[in-house]
Amino acid sequence: MSSSKLDAKIPEGTLEQKWTKYRSTVHLVNPANKRSLEVIIVGSGLAGASAAASLAEMGYKVKVFCFQDSPRRAHSIAAQGGINAAKNYQNDGDSVYRLFYDTIKGGDYRAREANVHRLSEVSGNIIDQCVAQGVPFAREYGGLLSNRSFGGTQVQRTFYAAGQTGQQLLLGAYSALQRQVGMGAVKLYARHEMLDVVVIDGKARGIIARDLISGKLERHFGHAVLLATGGYGNVFYLSTNAMGSNVTAAWKAHKKGAFFGNPCYTQIHPTCIPVSGDHQSKLTLMSESLRNDGRIWVPKKAGDNRKPTDIPEDERDYYLERRYPAFGNLVPRDVASRAAKERCDAGFGVGSSKLAVYLDFGANMMRYGQIEANKQSLHNPSQEKIRELGRDVVKEKYGNLFDMYKQITGEDPYEVPMRIYPAVHYTMGGLWVDYNLMTTVPGMYALGEANFSDHGANRLGASALMQGLADGYFVIPYTIGDYLSEEIRTKAIPLDHEAFVKAEADVQERINKLMNIKGTKSVDHFHKALGKIMWDKCGMARNAEGLKSAISEIQKLREEFWKDVRVPGEANEFNLELEKAGRVADFIELGELMCKDALNRNESCGGHFREEYQTEEGEAMRDDDNYAYVAAWEMKEVGNWELHKEELKYENIKIAQRSYK
Amino acid sequence: MSGSGEKTLNLTLKVWRQKNGNTKGNLETHKVSGISTDMSFLEMFDVLNEKLINEGKEPIAFDHDCREGICGMCSMYINGRPHGPKQGVTTCQLHMRSFKDGDTITVEPWRSVAFPVIKDLAVDRSAFDRIIASGGFVSVNTGNAKDANNILIPKDDADDAFNAAACIGCGACVAACKNGSAMLFVSAKVSQLALLPQGLPEAKSRVLNMVGQMDEEGFGNCTNTGACEAECPKGISLENIARMNREYLKSSLTYVKK
Ligand SMILES: Cc1cc2nc3c(=O)[nH]c(=O)nc-3n(C[C@H](O)[C@H](O)[C@H](O)COP(=O)(O)OP(=O)(O)OC[C@H]3O[C@@H](n4cnc5c(N)ncnc54)[C@H](O)[C@@H]3O)c2cc1C
Repeated sequence: MSSSKLDAKIPEGTLEQKWTKYRSTVHLVNPANKRSLEVIIVGSGLAGASAAASLAEMGYKVKVFCFQDSPRRAHSIAAQGGINAAKNYQNDGDSVYRLFYDTIKGGDYRAREANVHRLSEVSGNIIDQCVAQGVPFAREYGGLLSNRSFGGTQVQRTFYAAGQTGQQLLLGAYSALQRQVGMGAVKLYARHEMLDVVVIDGKARGIIARDLISGKLERHFGHAVLLATGGYGNVFYLSTNAMGSNVTAAWKAHKKGAFFGNPCYTQIHPTCIPVSGDHQSKLTLMSESLRNDGRIWVPKKAGDNRKPTDIPEDERDYYLERRYPAFGNLVPRDVASRAAKERCDAGFGVGSSKLAVYLDFGANMMRYGQIEANKQSLHNPSQEKIRELGRDVVKEKYGNLFDMYKQITGEDPYEVPMRIYPAVHYTMGGLWVDYNLMTTVPGMYALGEANFSDHGANRLGASALMQGLADGYFVIPYTIGDYLSEEIRTKAIPLDHEAFVKAEADVQERINKLMNIKGTKSVDHFHKALGKIMWDKCGMARNAEGLKSAISEIQKLREEFWKDVRVPGEANEFNLELEKAGRVADFIELGELMCKDALNRNESCGGHFREEYQTEEGEAMRDDDNYAYVAAWEMKEVGNWELHKEELKYENIKIAQRSYK
Repeated sequence: MSGSGEKTLNLTLKVWRQKNGNTKGNLETHKVSGISTDMSFLEMFDVLNEKLINEGKEPIAFDHDCREGICGMCSMYINGRPHGPKQGVTTCQLHMRSFKDGDTITVEPWRSVAFPVIKDLAVDRSAFDRIIASGGFVSVNTGNAKDANNILIPKDDADDAFNAAACIGCGACVAACKNGSAMLFVSAKVSQLALLPQGLPEAKSRVLNMVGQMDEEGFGNCTNTGACEAECPKGISLENIARMNREYLKSSLTYVKK
C-alpha cells in the first residue's frame, strides 16, 4: 500500500489514453492571467531552458537562474552520444510501446508505467521541435536523419550530432530561451545560486539566491518554483559530472518538505577513461555510442602483460558477447559495468592500474574500410588502405571522443584499443514528483535529472536528454496549468513578508557559520573523503555491513567538516571556495541518506547491486514481493528521515526477471 | 599511470591577480613542484590552490566547469595564447605533458573591453548571451514543428552547419584578436542558421541584428588577421566570417523592416 502522503495523481483510463485525455481536460489559464503569473526556474540545462522558453512563449513571466556564467554552459552541454525517439525511421519495428517497454525493462521494473508511456509518446515531437530550431543532427546522403543504436535495445532509435548531441540540443533550447530573454519575457540570472526555497502557507512561493559575483543575497517571488538543477553524481567526488554539478537546490527543497525518491539509484557508466592518479578532478565519459562499433575484451590469461595488439584473437575474452549473446556489447549500463568489475576483480584487468578493460575498434575499422573501398570501386586495396578508409569513417562518427581520449591519456585510440573503466555518471534518484512533476510541496516542481521519475533503477543510454526535453517542452507546459489555474487570484507576495526575511536570515547564518569556522582543511579534502566512502561502500557493489559503517563514517565526517573546514576570503565577494563549501556540506547530508536507502532496499535492481542478493551467475536479484515501490524519504531533521512508499503497479507489462542473454 | 610515461615537473607560474573589477591587478609569482605530466592544466591549478589555502592565502579564481572541453567556461590566456600552446584544445584539456620541467608560465585572463575582469582570471562574457538574444535563433514556438524528416537537408549542408554550430562560446577568438573582435563567434551562429532551410525566413534580420548588437557591446572591428581561427579550440573556420560578410551586405541592401 502506498503511503497516504504520496499521491502520484496518475490519470484514469487506459495507458494509451491517459496523457491524451489529461491534456484535453487539464485546467487552463487564460492568456491575460498568464501575464500576471510568475514562474521561477532554477537551472538552464535541457530541462530548465526548454521549460523556460516554452512557458514564456505561452505568456507566463519567467525568471531563470543558473550558477554558470551563461545558461549555455549547463552540464547538458556535455552529453555526447544521442537522444532516443520512437520515430521508427529505420523501419526496424520501433514504436511508442517498444520504447516504453525497453525503458521499463531497462529500469529493472522500478519506474512508473504512466510516466514512461507519456515520455515515449512525446519523444517524436522532441526531434521535430529540435530540427525546427535548426539543431544540426547527423544526416544520410539523401538528406534524412540518421540513427544509431544504444544499449538495452534492439532497434536504432538514437538521433545524434557527432559526439556532441547534448551541446547541439542545449544550444537549440538556449537559443529559444535567449529569444524570450530578448523579448523581455524571461529575466535571466546567470552566476546566481539558489540557496533556499521560500514556503508560505505550505506552498512554494519563491527562492533565496546568492549573486555569485557580489555575494549579495536576493529574494525572488514566484507563483511556482521549478527546479531543473541536474543530478547529484558529484557526491562521489569523481564522476562524469561538471565540477559545479551539485545537489544543493534539490537538497534545500528536501529540507523544506520535498520527499527524496530512490536516492541510492546511481548509474555507474561502463565506458569512462580510468583514473590516472590522485590529482584527478573528474572522470571523462567515452560515449555509449562507441559500443556500437567497439568490442570490449580482456586477455583470457590473468595478468597478461603483453601489448593489446600483440594478443592474438583466440587469446581474448570478449566477455560481454560471451555472457550476453543476444545483446552482446550493447547490454544496459548496469550489466556492462558489473561485468567489467567482475573481470578486473578476478585479475583480468589491463593497464598499469589493472582497473581497466579494452574497448577495441580494430575489427570494425577494417569492416568500414572494406565497405568504403567497395563504394569507391577500389579493387584489391591494401590492408593499409582499408585501415585508412575505415579510420575516416570512425573519425566522422566519433572524432571528438577519440581526440578527447588522446588529450587525456596521451595514447592514440586509432592505433591501440582504448582502456576504459566504469565511473559514476547519472543519478536516477531525485526529488519525488507526481504525474504533474510536482514535488510533495505544492507549487514546487522538479524536472530533468533532478527528479526521480522515469528511469527506475537504471537509465537507458540516450534517454536522459529525451526526458529533460520532454519535461520542459511537452509536459510542464500542460501540467503547470493544473496548479496555476487555481492561483490566478494570488497577488505577488511582497519580499518583506516574514517568510522571505526568515529564509534569507537562515541562509546568511549558514554562510557566516562556514566563514567563521576557519579550520585547517580545505573543502576538497572533505569532498574527497566523502567520495571515497561513497565509492567504496555505496558504489558499484554494496552490502549491509559496508553501508552501516559508511553511515557512521559520514556522520563523523559531517561533524569534522563543521569544525575544521577552511573557507578563505570574504562572503561578500566572488568566492569559489565558499560556493564549494555549501555544496559539499549538502553532499555530506545526502551521502548519509543514500546509504540509508541502499541499506533499506534488501534486493538488487538496476544500478543498485547488493552483494547479498544475486543469482548464481552474478545477476541482480530483485524482490518484487517486498520492494516494488518507490522509496520516498521525508526529512525530519539532518540525519533523521521517515520512509514513505509509493507502490508500483504494473498493469500493462508483465514484470519478469531481466534477461539480455 | 597512463601509457604515456608519467613524469613530474617543477614550474614557475606568473598569475594575474585582481581582487575585483574596480581594482588594479598585477602578476604574482608562484612555484609548484611535483606536477604530473598526466595532469590537466586546471588540475595543476587545483594543486596550486590547495597549497595556497593550506598556507592561509586566497586561492586564484578561475572559471571552469565541465572539464571536458565542451562547456566553454574555462578561459585562461597562457603564455600569450588563449587556451595555451596546443592547437584545438581548451585549457581544461591542455595537459601538462605539453610543458617542460623548469618552464615559467604566464597566465592572464581574457583581455578585451567587452569582457571585463570579475576577479583574477574570471571575466564577464555576458555580451555573448545578449548577441544571441538579438537574433541567434529560429523563431519557432514549442509545438509548432512538423515531422522532422519533412525537412530534407543535404548531408554536406548539415555537416557544414554542424561544424559552425560546434562553437563553444568561450571567447578565445575575442581574446586572440588584437582588435577584440567577436566576428568569428557571431559568424558561426549566423552561418549555422544561414546554411539550413529553417533559418532562411529570418536570415536578413538575424545578421543585421546580431552585428548591430556586437557593435553595441564594444567588440572591435575585424581586420582579417586570422588570429581567431588559429586560436579557436573547436576549429571554427574563417569561411564563416566570409559568409557572414556576404549575408550582411546582401541584407543591408535589401532588408526592409516592416
Ligand atoms: C558526460 C555526460 C554525457 C552524457 N551523455 C548523454 C547522452 O548521450 N544521452 C543522454 O540522454 N544523456 C546523456 N547524459 C545525461 C544527460 O546529459 C543529463 O542527465 C541531462 O543533460 C541533465 O539535464 P538537466 O537539464 O536535468 O540538468 P543540467 O544540464 O545539469 O543543468 C542543471 C542546471 O541547474 C543549474 N543549477 C544547479 N544547481 C543550482 C543552484 N543551486 N542554483 C542555481 N542554478 C543551479 C545549473 O547552473 C544548470 O543550469 C550525459 C551526461 C554526462 C555527464
